[in-house]
Amino acid sequence: MSFVFYLLAALTVAGGLAAVLLKNTVHCALALTVAFAGLAFLYLNLDAQFAGFAQILVYIGAVAILVVFAILLTKGSETPKDGVFSKTWLAGLAVAAGVFAVLGWAVLQTAPMLPKATPAPAVTVGQIGNALVDRYVLPLEIVAVLLTVALIGAVIVALHEKEGTR
Amino acid sequence: MTPLAGFLLVAALLFSIGLAGALTRRNAILVLIGIELMLNAANLNLIAFWRYGPHPEMLTGMMFAIFSIAVAAAEAAVGLGLVISIHRHANTTDLDQMNRMKG
Repeated sequence: MSFVFYLLAALTVAGGLAAVLLKNTVHCALALTVAFAGLAFLYLNLDAQFAGFAQILVYIGAVAILVVFAILLTKGSETPKDGVFSKTWLAGLAVAAGVFAVLGWAVLQTAPMLPKATPAPAVTVGQIGNALVDRYVLPLEIVAVLLTVALIGAVIVALHEKEGTR
Repeated sequence: MTPLAGFLLVAALLFSIGLAGALTRRNAILVLIGIELMLNAANLNLIAFWRYGPHPEMLTGMMFAIFSIAVAAAEAAVGLGLVISIHRHANTTDLDQMNRMKG
C-alpha cells in the first residue's frame, strides 16, 4: 500500500462523493470527471496502461462531455425548489450503506487469503491488439455492432418529435 | 492489508456512492451519473483481479474491462438520449414527477 495509492483513492472517492452530493448539476458533471480521472490513474497504478488511457479517452473525452450536453439541453442546471434529493432518500441511503457493509465485510474477511504483491505483468499494447483479433474477435465484432446500434438508436430516440408525423 | 484488498475496498466504496446517488437523486441525469460510477467500480475490480490474478498474461480481466468500457459508452449515449426525449415530452427530468408510463 503506497502513498500514491492512498492519494489516488482519496481523489477518486472525493470526486464520486461530490458528483453525487453537489446541488448544481453542472458541478456534479465536473466532479464526475475528477472521479473518472482518478480511476484512470488507479488503472495506471495497476500497470494497466491501455485500460487507463482508454478510460481517459472514453469517459473524460466522451461520456463526461455527453453528460454536460444533456444537462445543458434539458435545463438541468437549475436547482429545483423542493430539493435535489428524492422523497425516499433515506431508504436509498440505507440500501447503499447496507451494500457497502456487506461488500466491505466480504473483502475484509477474505483479505488474508488474497494474493500478495506480484511483479508487474509485462503486457504491451501489441499483445492486447493481437488478443483482440485472435481470441476475442467475436466479442469485438459484437461490440462493434452494439455501438453502431446504440448510437443510431440514441439519435432516433432524441430526434425532434413533430406533431402527427413520426 | 494486501494491495488487492485496498483496491477492492475502494471499488466497494465507489459502488456504494454510485448506488446512493442512483437511489436518492431526483434528476434523471444524476441517476445516470450514479450508474456510471457503479460501472466504473466494477471495472476497477476487474482490472485489480487481472493485475493480482495468477495469469495476467492471458489478459482476461483486461479484455473484460475494455469491453465493459465500450458497453458503458453505448449505455450512456442511449440513456442520455432517452432523458432528452423525456424532457422534450414532459418538460421535466424530475423522476418523482414521472409516475406514468403512458406519458
